[in-house]
Amino acid sequence: MVKITIVDYGMGNILSVQRAFEYCGAQVIISDNPQYIKNSDYLVLPGVGAFADGMKELSERGLIEPIIDFASKERPFLGICLGMQMMMGKSEEFGIHDGLGLIPGSVVRIPDEDINGLRHKIPHIGWNALELPSNKKTWNGTILEGVEPGETVYFVHSYTAVPINLPNRLADAFYNGQIISVAVQSGYLYGCQFHPEKSGVTGLKIIDNFIKTKI
Amino acid sequence: MSNIRLIARLDVKGPNLVKGVQLEGLRKIGDPNVFAKEYYDQGIDELIYIDIVASLYERNNLLEIVRRTTKDVFIPLTVGGGLRTVENVRDVLRAGADKVAINTAAIKRPELIREISKRFGSQCMVLSIEAKKVREGKWEAYYDNGREKTGIDVIEWAKRGYEHGAGEILLTSVDMEGTAKGFDIDLVKAASDAVPIPLIASGGMGNVNDMINVINDGCADAIAMAHVLHYKKLTIQEVREYAASRNVNVRRLKLWSR
Repeated sequence: MVKITIVDYGMGNILSVQRAFEYCGAQVIISDNPQYIKNSDYLVLPGVGAFADGMKELSERGLIEPIIDFASKERPFLGICLGMQMMMGKSEEFGIHDGLGLIPGSVVRIPDEDINGLRHKIPHIGWNALELPSNKKTWNGTILEGVEPGETVYFVHSYTAVPINLPNRLADAFYNGQIISVAVQSGYLYGCQFHPEKSGVTGLKIIDNFIKTKI
Repeated sequence: MSNIRLIARLDVKGPNLVKGVQLEGLRKIGDPNVFAKEYYDQGIDELIYIDIVASLYERNNLLEIVRRTTKDVFIPLTVGGGLRTVENVRDVLRAGADKVAINTAAIKRPELIREISKRFGSQCMVLSIEAKKVREGKWEAYYDNGREKTGIDVIEWAKRGYEHGAGEILLTSVDMEGTAKGFDIDLVKAASDAVPIPLIASGGMGNVNDMINVINDGCADAIAMAHVLHYKKLTIQEVREYAASRNVNVRRLKLWSR
């Protein structure tokens, strides 16, 4: 049985994430132990809330170095929502803050206006479709394998990650015409802006793919 | 336009799913967990559980139902009824809820809205408003499941709720609730115009046209259904297909195929 470590840093819906991974057949350990996290086989960084708060909570628990260390060892890593945002280099949410720097790029506010220049509602809440970025032809070999472009997943966010390098963009979505990067990848490192644990069958498929990633 | 969310609302009393008319005359419908799972399998977008007597007796029975739900239902879950403190909210979130709906306690102490949104994020804080029509264009907020008047104007209350940090509004028309005669569209439109956060229209859906009207004319971002689903007058697929046929954006559904 695949053993997954979920990072517990006091932010986010850990129980829901745990339930979804268990449903997919993984054994879940919830941990805030730096040594344990560093030596895990699979690591999940969930999170709901503000960027600076998230980094502060990680820092106070001494978890920033262990996570970066884990990520350097070519083992599967999944950041969810705030967890994905913290994978980036920095964020502009309530001032400029450093992230984990696992993927080059920044986190910025979703544009206040839709594609026609009209104000739209922020946060972006609800189900939205996953699309292949222009540079990608397929999701085969990634955690999105078996998901068809157009399948929907659940979002709740006001800020969005902008990877600098095109190859790091795994999936995009359109919020009232505005393109947002909603899944990122760099080798074994994955991030999802949406909540796979709250996205029905499609989300479970993504979790299933993640725990089947060969190490 | 972003996707309109289709939500099943499950009012719970003790261990039972119940349904009334104008929040009165409750009838037992069945086991809430069974209905929740069924709606999930049919492809509902979200679920709302409201413990409708919790405020009255100052207790909350829902935790066990929520825990059971989150074992095999993987969509957003909002829980309300009788939540009075940040600690109550924490317990419900720990049981697996994603958002909380607050009515009575927010009316008694509006600062609670800010406390919850600060601690858990505004995305988690749904302000639940029970609205009763006073006259054309004017509604009064009620609490304790439509039993108690507040003297507060619904639209003003929605604005204040937003200013305090509410991330969404669940707006129930007490007049239309359980009647299956359609939503109070003027109410939904007035509230939707007043606040820039998503609005869930609740109370009155009897057929698919009611839904189209409250979305097109009321500008609802989401609709809560109870009667039509619990009494099996419509399936979620029928609702979704009809919405799509009328050019209302709803999510494309991948049917359960595990």
